[in-house]
Amino acid sequence: MNLCLQRLDGRQTYDYRNIRISFGTDYGCCIVELGKTRVLGQVSCELVSPKLNRATEGILFFNLELSQMAAPAFEPGRQSDLLVKLNRLLERCLRNSKCIDTESLCVVAGEKVWQIRVDLHLLNHDGNIIDAASIAAIVALCHFRRPDVSVQGDEVTLYTPEERDPVPLSIHHMPICVSFAFFQQGTYLLVDPNEREECVMDGLLVIAMNKHREICTIQSSGGIMLLKDQVLRCSKIAGVKVAEITELILKALENDQKVRKEGGKFGFAESIANQRITAFKMEKAPIDTSDVEEKAEEIIAEAEPPSEVVSTPVLWTPGTAQIGEGVENSWGDLEDSEKEDDEGGGDEAIILDSIKMDTGVEVSDIGSQDAPIILSDSEEEEMIILEPDKNPKKIRTQTTSAKQEKAPSKKPVKRRKKKRAAN
Amino acid sequence: MAGLELLSDQGYRVDGRRAGELRKIQARMGVFAQADGSAYIEQGNTKALAVVYGPHEIRGSRARALPDRALVNCQYSSATFSTGERKRRRHGDRKSCEMGLQLRQTFEAAILTQLHPRSQIDIYVQVLQADGGTYAACVNAATLAVLDAGIPMRDFVCACSAGFVDGTALADLSHVEEAAGGPQLALALLPASGQIALLEMDARLHEDHLERVLEAAAQAARDVHTLLDRVVRQHVREASILLGD
Repeated sequence: MNLCLQRLDGRQTYDYRNIRISFGTDYGCCIVELGKTRVLGQVSCELVSPKLNRATEGILFFNLELSQMAAPAFEPGRQSDLLVKLNRLLERCLRNSKCIDTESLCVVAGEKVWQIRVDLHLLNHDGNIIDAASIAAIVALCHFRRPDVSVQGDEVTLYTPEERDPVPLSIHHMPICVSFAFFQQGTYLLVDPNEREECVMDGLLVIAMNKHREICTIQSSGGIMLLKDQVLRCSKIAGVKVAEITELILKALENDQKVRKEGGKFGFAESIANQRITAFKMEKAPIDTSDVEEKAEEIIAEAEPPSEVVSTPVLWTPGTAQIGEGVENSWGDLEDSEKEDDEGGGDEAIILDSIKMDTGVEVSDIGSQDAPIILSDSEEEEMIILEPDKNPKKIRTQTTSAKQEKAPSKKPVKRRKKKRAAN
Repeated sequence: MAGLELLSDQGYRVDGRRAGELRKIQARMGVFAQADGSAYIEQGNTKALAVVYGPHEIRGSRARALPDRALVNCQYSSATFSTGERKRRRHGDRKSCEMGLQLRQTFEAAILTQLHPRSQIDIYVQVLQADGGTYAACVNAATLAVLDAGIPMRDFVCACSAGFVDGTALADLSHVEEAAGGPQLALALLPASGQIALLEMDARLHEDHLERVLEAAAQAARDVHTLLDRVVRQHVREASILLGD
């Protein structure tokens, strides 16, 4: 594979986007931003009676919802396939891997157990929902504190947060999903696809691992044909990525813990940066700019010198006209090619062909501020109809020579040169 | 895992098999007259039935028709009496939906859908008895049913499950072994090219052991292929005898 393959946003093939984790004021609430994909996670708990066949275990319940604000394609009740897939993957990743000790959630065997409910909402969809959702789920679970409970004989006392500090859940390990997108029948492989890349990918392979390099879940989807060594390679890459992400999560949890202990301000209001209307800040993406100078020099060397821009339009007859601000649109009278466009060099050759005027009509007078100077000098005959590749140079040299020729003789004429479209 | 030894010291599993041994597979094609293709498979005690209708015109909304390929529609259903305890499942519940999606993904990759544009192929799978390896049995049954219907495929799609206990990879897990909570891998393979159509794994498995488990599952899938191939040839031979060739 090419070493200098760069993606749309400047990342390398195995790079993740920036991950930002912020916590709410309540325990168990967090927002994870993976690039622009944003997932909100909230954990809540309740005392219920256990399932009949698992009398000593607590109940874990996961629910991911694709909010309609996340993407225009999400409509209520329509995206069931994606929803089922994501929910099942999350369930398998977090429940079957036994990341939470469910036995510790038991209060009175057979009668009362804790039911932990993790609700995830996708707020903005910019690709790779599953990774962001798994990070949000595990972070919310790590952050959550459940009320303390004591059992004396038959009596169960539930303490409020004021009476006794709430207790964290016992978490064995943190499974994190890593997604791999495959392109062109497995030739190319990208980690953490964004939304554009997801639209064109062949298929997706999700590997959930924890930092001890234990694989919790593998799921291939999208009908790609994998080879065994591709899967093994992906698992190695996933191991590296998961270690990095786990470190980030632990640091974020630690920071939040510190802030709360010191009595500082915490919560979403603090973590959302102040955005003033006068300041525009965009996240920097690390891009390799080592060859930018060479490329820029190449472009400059090959480019043509920019044409001068004149404010007052000049109308040439026949066959020239003006479109633009404050000037009457007269391009309908065009016979020849020249078309001045205020906004920038248009597609002159194409416009050419589409405008075939019957007679060479003079351009009508424009009653605007400056009376347009109509020139009908011999230069017109030398004007060549624009072809896309050849002529622009010719015409420019003509005008420049004309300018030099004219300057001493006539009164200074403001010319409006053609603007070349940036090559 | 309370006291149940999944792998004894001599290398025997709970039902007396060795680590890499498959359960007894018996299959039959063409079990229903009404459907275009049908098959019944028994893998040990797991019994699955698959029925294929198609290719036919798209039912329901014409808008779903794909202009260059056929639409593959898979539905999975588990009978209420299939598990040890009678469990009545709602029709559209998440597990069945997920299974249907996975089957669809598997067969969309294997069936040559470009040969039947703007049509639909329906695959219905019913599990009559679930004793572990239900996904694998469904895929194997569906492969036979698609072949029975005469729909062209790239290759057989053979599936098998695998697990990992005590440092050994086990092939073709039974329900007891699945319920023990160890890692389980389900793999659907196209045997000739070795390409994996679907890979699914649950529960914790250390990365170093992944290769061994994958290899065990792949080998088991290839063994299943040998058996299925034999079944198909037998069926064709019988059919040609009936036609008087």
